Amino acid sequence: MAANVQGFELDNSGKRVVVDPICRIEGHLRIEVNLDDNNFIRNAVSTGTMWRGLEVILKGRDPRDAWAFTERICGVCTGVHALASVRAVENALKIDIPANGNVIRNLMHATLYAHDHLVHFYHLHALDWVDVVSALSADPKATAELAQSISNWRNSSPGYFRDVHSRLKKFAESGQLGPFQNAYWGNPAYRLPPEANLMAVAHYLEALDFQKEIVKIQTLFGGKNPHPNWLVGGMPCSINVNETGAVGAINMESLNRVIQIVDNTIDFIDNVYIPDLLAIASFYKTWTYGGGLAGKNMLSYGDFPEIANDYTAKSLAFPRGAIIDGDLSTIHEVDLDDESQIQEFVDHSWYTYGTPGQGLHPYNGETNPKFELGAGVKGTKTNIENLDESAKYSWVKAPRFKGKPMEVGPLARYVIGYAQGKPEFKEPVEKVLTDLGLPVAALFTTLGRTAARGLEASWSAHKMRQYTNELIANIKAGDTATANVDKWEPSTWPAKAQGHGFVEAPRGALGHWIVIENQRIANYQCIVPTTWNATPRDTQGQIGAYEASLLDTKMEVADQPLEILRTIHSFDPCLACATHVMSPEGKELTSVKVR
Amino acid sequence: MADTFYDVMRRQGITRRSFLKFCSLTATSLGLGPAFVPKIVHAMETKPRTPVVWLHGLECTCCTEAFIRSAHPLVSDVVLSMISLDYDDTIMAAAGYQAEEILEQTIEKYDGQFVLACEGNPPLNEDGMYCFQGGIPYLEKLRHMADHAGAIIAWGSCASWGCVQAAKPNPTRATPIHKVLNKPVIKVPGCPPIPEVMTGVVTYLLTFGMPELDRQGRPKMFYSQRIHDKCYRRPHFDAGQFVEKFDDEGARKGYCLYKVGCKGPTTYNACSTTRWNEAVSFPIGSGHGCIGCSEDAFWDKGSFYDRVTDVQPGIESTADRVGGTLAAVTGAAIAAHAAVSAIKRARDTKGAHTEKGGA
Repeated sequence: MAANVQGFELDNSGKRVVVDPICRIEGHLRIEVNLDDNNFIRNAVSTGTMWRGLEVILKGRDPRDAWAFTERICGVCTGVHALASVRAVENALKIDIPANGNVIRNLMHATLYAHDHLVHFYHLHALDWVDVVSALSADPKATAELAQSISNWRNSSPGYFRDVHSRLKKFAESGQLGPFQNAYWGNPAYRLPPEANLMAVAHYLEALDFQKEIVKIQTLFGGKNPHPNWLVGGMPCSINVNETGAVGAINMESLNRVIQIVDNTIDFIDNVYIPDLLAIASFYKTWTYGGGLAGKNMLSYGDFPEIANDYTAKSLAFPRGAIIDGDLSTIHEVDLDDESQIQEFVDHSWYTYGTPGQGLHPYNGETNPKFELGAGVKGTKTNIENLDESAKYSWVKAPRFKGKPMEVGPLARYVIGYAQGKPEFKEPVEKVLTDLGLPVAALFTTLGRTAARGLEASWSAHKMRQYTNELIANIKAGDTATANVDKWEPSTWPAKAQGHGFVEAPRGALGHWIVIENQRIANYQCIVPTTWNATPRDTQGQIGAYEASLLDTKMEVADQPLEILRTIHSFDPCLACATHVMSPEGKELTSVKVR
Repeated sequence: MADTFYDVMRRQGITRRSFLKFCSLTATSLGLGPAFVPKIVHAMETKPRTPVVWLHGLECTCCTEAFIRSAHPLVSDVVLSMISLDYDDTIMAAAGYQAEEILEQTIEKYDGQFVLACEGNPPLNEDGMYCFQGGIPYLEKLRHMADHAGAIIAWGSCASWGCVQAAKPNPTRATPIHKVLNKPVIKVPGCPPIPEVMTGVVTYLLTFGMPELDRQGRPKMFYSQRIHDKCYRRPHFDAGQFVEKFDDEGARKGYCLYKVGCKGPTTYNACSTTRWNEAVSFPIGSGHGCIGCSEDAFWDKGSFYDRVTDVQPGIESTADRVGGTLAAVTGAAIAAHAAVSAIKRARDTKGAHTEKGGA
């Protein structure tokens, strides 16, 4: 059947290809596509295949605890939900946090960005572009020349690459290929020469060893990583650089450690990640698939308040706004409390609403699970071969901004920042485009998404330095407060309050909405980045960012989903985030026998 | 064959002499005696990489993220040289049926010999379809692999206890894996577990075999003492010096966090000794109480900021009036509580078995 939605031609008559599980992501995602006779994707179906339900679990609990529950929505972008949660509670209860509370949160958040983007690029995404087996035929000396031509990074000698090469060779000869077995090596969609592949494999391993250093900043201020501790009203770590007991608080030794880690992080991202990204991109310039909603419908809430307690666009370092229908000349304002702006639909999701076809704002959100398969499904309830996208087909809901599906994430932030003419976003984009000899339209591709993430990693690493300096300046000026506990006791709260908290997570716009009644959580709703990007169709049949991005892509080998992985990974999916929503009743449904 | 431990250590510049010393120290620290040294040496020199299949159910992937934070051993050495991580959907290159094929290949080649590492848990409601992979319920995949595994590890609090999705009212009926499998499970709880505890359990299994477990299935070497027992702020507890409110004078001096809800006195884990991220800190070290994340049902024991009065009355009454002279009383109260907890746990465990047999 053929159809035209949002200007995309959909045709599900060709060969159906199923990819389940999509690996190298967080959580569980399934993609089905239809190919035409020439192996072009003509229809795409994105399905979240897990549902955990945290919002109902939160009902009736202490709002000050909510950050810990919501933090467990995702352990990869650890902390982003905790941050959204404490902001929502503070917004509802009108709690102002101290300047240091704000700057430490910004530092923690920038640290997460640097770590998360780095790990995504090397460990979740690189193997879509890098052929590990091809690296075996690389010449270490030529690899060293390549590495030295693009960066001053210290590990670049022929001997270094010879060691990596021999380790890789030994690994391959063992016959135990571990996580690299059964993959798509040799697929014609791989375009890097062997030396670039070897360089990337070397950096895959270096990045794996290095990433654990970055997060130590979260450990210092939050006690551990993953899942550091946060606090409503500020941050739990006290500052004491002078007096008795300073060793039990943030002190000179810990600040020195932060400074060292920041320096090392900037060094690694600017001298390894960015040069690798540009080198790899230069071989894929003509692979221009994967745009989808990019440049058409994009949303960013903004983040990194530079002024404590001011969450308006002028305080936010990240751009805030929305692009609708490809009009980059108008950036729409975003208001999370405006019930007509953000709504969720469930016509194609495994939930029901009281009124079918309706969209609901999170303050009025309903989440009644209903797992049912369409008539066109092949297989059985517990052994699904093909889903039927004309019916319900995902555990992900369908959020819409002013009725439109949106792409969120690094590319959305960079495109909105670019359209707003913000130099710190516009200039790096223009430099990359110039260096690679590409037009602006090249941004609206899979590669554009991947490049924006790299630029943002560098931006974040430098922001880490700014926030560290700000923290030290505050302390020097005599301000050591980290938490405001004036409204810590629930007895100081009003009988009823509601509020929202937003964060730009590495994967995109994240919102939490909380209603507090009689000192307890009466309602809690989250709309997370991957809910926007992985959304199924809505009442009008509009497709979302994942589905749109796959259309019209040529697959080199029909049963090797390399191109699908490449584009889906460029969004950095996080399905535990996307599919956490919960029935308010928590009702008992059919269950399986436990043997 | 693949790299052995010995190869890895040599590559890191460790001499044979140091290697032998390491083996004998290891034997001593584990109480094995000198007769075991040659055995350890032999194992570390010759063992090929053990296949590991790492599955993900309902979870947040914090366990995987913790695993890759391991510094000793480095996770790159674990994955390339110590184990053969044949299946892990978070990092493997293949996807779709090419990924799922590996499961059957592993069973064919290594039936009864691979380690099954489980992150997350299966939901039982809705015929298990709250978590499906390759079109089938995760529960089915988990049981199939468990039937053929040589050892099973439950990573983190999800697989061990149920964790956040199993918090009341547990709408998906998320269930810890030992309740749906018929084999012994090594529980490594925590949300997430400490990185080096994770790699420590894996390397122990590879080197020495099954670790000694407590009655709840946790390796004794890492989970037999409470955070409180080895907390560096314990002297402040004993001296009656407490943080009364966050960021107060006591907080800035690093006093005990008991009064702002620290669950260290009831939490069995290695955080206060091993610490986190190469011993940079641990929750208490950075000013927030322990939330008890390695304990069963820690989500349902009241607010994280409530004092542990409900579960540990002895401490509450003592802590407010405790001073140096009352330290002994405190110790006795804690010991009494520990006994009560042990009985309660035994009862809970028994209940679990009943559920397993009866449902």
